[in-house]
Amino acid sequence: MPDTIPGYIGQSVPRREDKRLLRGEGLFVADIQLPNMLHVAIARSQFPHARIKDIDLSKALSAEGVELAISGEDILEQLPPISGMQLATPPGYQERVDTDIQIPDQPLIPHEKVRFVGEPYALVVARNRYLAEDALELISTDFDPLPPVATTDKALDENAPLLHEKLGRNVAAILHTKKGQGAEALKTAPHRLKRRFYHHRYAAMPMECRGVVADYDARTDTLTIWSSTQVVHWVSREVANSLGMPEENVRCIAPDVGGGFGGKGHVYPEDILVAYLARRLQRPVKWIEDRHEHILNSTHSRDNIYDVEIGFDNDGRIETVVSDFVVDSGAYSPIGAGIAGNSIAHMLGPYDIPNYEASSKIVLTNRTPNAPYRGAGRPEVGFAMERAVDLVANELELDPAEVRFRNMIKADQMPYSVGLTYRDGVPIVYDSGDYPKALERALEELGGLKSIRKRQKDALRQGRYIGLGLGCYVEGTGVGPFEGATVKIDATGKIVVATGACPQGQGHETVFAQVTADLWKVPIEDVYVTVADTAHVTMGYGTLASRSTVTASGAIQLASDQIKEKAFAIASGILEAGEKDLELRDSGVGVKGVPGMHISFRDIATAARPGWGHKRPEGIDAGLEATSYYEPPTVTWAYASNAAIVEVNPGTGQVLIENYVEVHDAGVLVNPAIADGQVKGGLVQGLGGGLMEEITYDENGQLLTGSFMDYLLPSASDVPPITVIHQETPSPLNSLGVKGLGEGGAIAPPVVIANAVCDALRPFKAEINSTPVRWGEVAAIFGDDPFKATSTTTTPEMEK
Amino acid sequence: MKPAPFNYIVPTSIDEALALLEEHAPDARLLAGGQSLVPMMNFRLSRPSHLIDLNCIPDLAFIQDNKDHISIGAMTRERTIEESSLVRSSIPLLYEATRHIAHLPIRSRGTIGGSISNADPAAEYPAALLTLDGEMVVRSKQGKRQIKASDFFKGIMETAIEPNELLVEIIVPKVPPGTGFAFVEISRRHGDYALAGIAAQMTLSGKTVTNVRLAACGVGPCPIRLNDAEKQIIDDGLTEKSIQSAAKAAALEVDPETDLHATADYRRRLTAVLTQQALLKAKERAQENN
Amino acid sequence: MDEQSISLTVNGTEQNGEAEPRMSLADFLRERLGLTGTHIGCEHGVCGVCTVICDGMAVRSCLMFAVQADKKEIRTIEGLADGDTMHPLQTLFSEQRALQCGFCTPGMLMTAVDLVDNNPSITPPEIKAGMSAVLCRCTGYEGILKAVEAYAKQIKGV
Repeated sequence: MPDTIPGYIGQSVPRREDKRLLRGEGLFVADIQLPNMLHVAIARSQFPHARIKDIDLSKALSAEGVELAISGEDILEQLPPISGMQLATPPGYQERVDTDIQIPDQPLIPHEKVRFVGEPYALVVARNRYLAEDALELISTDFDPLPPVATTDKALDENAPLLHEKLGRNVAAILHTKKGQGAEALKTAPHRLKRRFYHHRYAAMPMECRGVVADYDARTDTLTIWSSTQVVHWVSREVANSLGMPEENVRCIAPDVGGGFGGKGHVYPEDILVAYLARRLQRPVKWIEDRHEHILNSTHSRDNIYDVEIGFDNDGRIETVVSDFVVDSGAYSPIGAGIAGNSIAHMLGPYDIPNYEASSKIVLTNRTPNAPYRGAGRPEVGFAMERAVDLVANELELDPAEVRFRNMIKADQMPYSVGLTYRDGVPIVYDSGDYPKALERALEELGGLKSIRKRQKDALRQGRYIGLGLGCYVEGTGVGPFEGATVKIDATGKIVVATGACPQGQGHETVFAQVTADLWKVPIEDVYVTVADTAHVTMGYGTLASRSTVTASGAIQLASDQIKEKAFAIASGILEAGEKDLELRDSGVGVKGVPGMHISFRDIATAARPGWGHKRPEGIDAGLEATSYYEPPTVTWAYASNAAIVEVNPGTGQVLIENYVEVHDAGVLVNPAIADGQVKGGLVQGLGGGLMEEITYDENGQLLTGSFMDYLLPSASDVPPITVIHQETPSPLNSLGVKGLGEGGAIAPPVVIANAVCDALRPFKAEINSTPVRWGEVAAIFGDDPFKATSTTTTPEMEK
Repeated sequence: MKPAPFNYIVPTSIDEALALLEEHAPDARLLAGGQSLVPMMNFRLSRPSHLIDLNCIPDLAFIQDNKDHISIGAMTRERTIEESSLVRSSIPLLYEATRHIAHLPIRSRGTIGGSISNADPAAEYPAALLTLDGEMVVRSKQGKRQIKASDFFKGIMETAIEPNELLVEIIVPKVPPGTGFAFVEISRRHGDYALAGIAAQMTLSGKTVTNVRLAACGVGPCPIRLNDAEKQIIDDGLTEKSIQSAAKAAALEVDPETDLHATADYRRRLTAVLTQQALLKAKERAQENN
Repeated sequence: MDEQSISLTVNGTEQNGEAEPRMSLADFLRERLGLTGTHIGCEHGVCGVCTVICDGMAVRSCLMFAVQADKKEIRTIEGLADGDTMHPLQTLFSEQRALQCGFCTPGMLMTAVDLVDNNPSITPPEIKAGMSAVLCRCTGYEGILKAVEAYAKQIKGV
């Protein structure tokens, strides 16, 4: 290997994960088969809200193959609920944002009442899943239906029934923050615009549902849990707490995980229950969530109503934004105030706006709990804000692109202090980037604003409705509190890395090998990476919130620095050279400028070993191993501009996306191909949310979309041509210059589509202020006669 | 999502199947391709005591050329129909309808008899057979009946088949010369059930429409023959105006419902748009064949 | 219900096993034969993740009972590579970034094998429509379509 290694960071290194996954040799939780294993099936409420009067398990218990059946009462003494307050907000946050947070606890299996369709009320453990499901049908129940709190409006009614009597209200949290004059500034604004916006409920919907396998070893009193989760350390900690075991004795592994996107980003009751059952029965226990259960029971997301008022001047410069929004949190709130906190922090986006005021209520209803999903509060607030910006442009008869340019923070304003506080408690400072350039490039990619507008006009004359939709956002990424990594160099000279990151397809084994190889200037083949296993690193946080590249890389770097110091001290002694004259090269340490003077990592590791033969200088302790925890100073700010051209069919209302462009900046890209895939995958999830994916409840809180026949994920045929352009402005907050990017793609598409359709339907002064954009509603804008709008003679003239 | 237990029986002849049906009806279900039934069983929404698997009866799987008509065995796979050159040349509307059914791996198993007996309101084959004036041959231990498509589909997932009867064969007249056809539909995603679909077949003699048949799926409890729209075309021919009038007439004679995927009004609108599309396409093809 | 004996050929090897009639082919492959490369995504025939090849045609293994596979020839993802030599589609999937989490990948690969091997003249729009049979939540499909298109070109010898 030459002295000047080109470096792996920035290279689209092929993924290490691919081979096993392509050969059917991956290991997902459902693939784990252990001798004597038992299988769990869970009885789930069909009522949105009901008091549990009686559950009779006797028939289920005597059914074929059944080992155990339990209801909430049976575990009441043994297993505490999942605490609602486990995700405390940092002190700095509460000082700067007014909060009133009372998150309800979530029982593992409720014994008093059920609060959403799909909530567990009993479970059966049997020889196989077929028999376990047979036994579920033998459970007889006496439930007393309670009036359902089906919507946030109903929940906030003063006579509303309470979901959680202890709280005394159907509100889990109230947040409020203000910048400048806040709402006061509306009074002096030359123009005001007020609208209600709604972002509907949809969900992460990974192709692999969740699943847990647990195995208890009585000899050592240890539990091993395999969970399809994004947060192994969080799972092991909760299980240890619940079962009264030391964390050390609870190992949690997330093997190959089939997508997560936030939906697997917290501890669920089943994680703890399955572990409990394995210990109680002293046999391996497996629970695999089926798709119906997943749709009912795994967390949903979005579902926010925004009331927004904007004050602006004659030039379209926004003077203040006032927002009052409600999050439908469902029956519990596993991530606390995280979503609303994100929404508040991200509303001003890439714009330089002097005044702002936001109030939020996180409201409890009889729906499936709401937790972060790819974007986590940003798509919701982005929909409200970016629609509002278009409406401001309409008011002034300006181009929406122009209004954005006029309000955007300029590159020379960076770093830009927003005047708000992030949910890590730190004042928000956008660290780097060029927002106007991103928008400019997105428009250029579509042919430039002028030519788009000309094309649109020409098309309209022929009775064709073409529209341009824009959507810009900023995204705090790489959030703390920390991530852990252990780095070792063993006596073979190989570098072994473990982090708390828990990938679900992000290619971490590859990405962190690239980072490590560059830090040590070694061939990537000499780096071994393990992820998502609590046995390999003591404390970790997990993979969510677009954070792992930033935080796990930071931890790997800190740990590496510690070992490097030792390696240099040892090399200095052996090579008899000053440490300042040493450098990393050729899989070892050498004296700068002296080719022969070199010692390999293998020899350094041997020299570092404890015992008689060691060659460590005085004061250097044994071993080449370190564990470090990176606590980022605050978040790095990724951002993007999205632009799409759509054509609306006046007969059918179908929205054809001709071209979709996202100019995205996540700083330095460690593996550009992986980064590109992350953004594109996110975009398609956003398009799904914008046009077809929807979780629907009826007015009584009954879930209507319980299968893939009714919950529509986009397929290959639904994907338009997509171009992603990466604008790489390094972050000054970390030495690699990286920012996070997992979520970004999913943020903008719903509003881009809505803006584009409204732009196409400008002659009708169409306003679509809710998601998803429905063909039927779009068609209705053209009037009752499906043939009228296609006839060129009757087309109203475009205003501009 | 595991099905409830059932008794599984595999007859190898039609007679054996009929005897089993007689013995175990009404709690028995016939298993054809299983692409609709098995999901229902996995959700435990269908829980037959006996499952009579028709997949091992060779006499039920065939496509035969019988002079003026094609005979198709009920257990013929949708994929076999799609790949049949005989179907493509003699009853191309059936080929085009097949291409709209779900996805290839579903068509690998799904059968024409299964689709027709299941009679999903949005399914393609029932509308196609109504348009093609197809006939269904059903058998029981007592004998054989032949039912015209127009008498076969009774309601939502309801047909004229009696509990002790088995659909064995579908008879479809070959298209006369000068005929054009079209099967068009709009679904939310490629391969999904149609929000609305139109099957059309018309025969031209020079510029005169000598015959036109139209049927819709997804916009009523069962496929709906669009009589008013047909009459419009027969009366006024294939002008732009007449086609639009026919399309609007079609929208009025369907009977759609609102569900998660579309409102009744939107389905009516789609009926109009698709009727126009189907007529234009069928016209173009008929002219090519003239 | 009692288990029934079945014998079938899986990836070229004759296999004998027992299955209760209601056991799906997917569960049989995974649990009785240990072939866990075939994944289960919805169990109602929509997602396509469990797609395998049965007698040369792609089918949903969640919608077939194992007993129906008696005397049939089944091919799963485990039978795609030739020892250590990857099947061309596997190589192309990796090159084209056609997988992230890898959960849908077995269904994608088996569907693509059927689409292309049985119709070498398949066009890109047909590939797009055909590959819509399987849902992927990670990639946005671009890499998948590119990989299958490249495979079709290879097969055609272009």
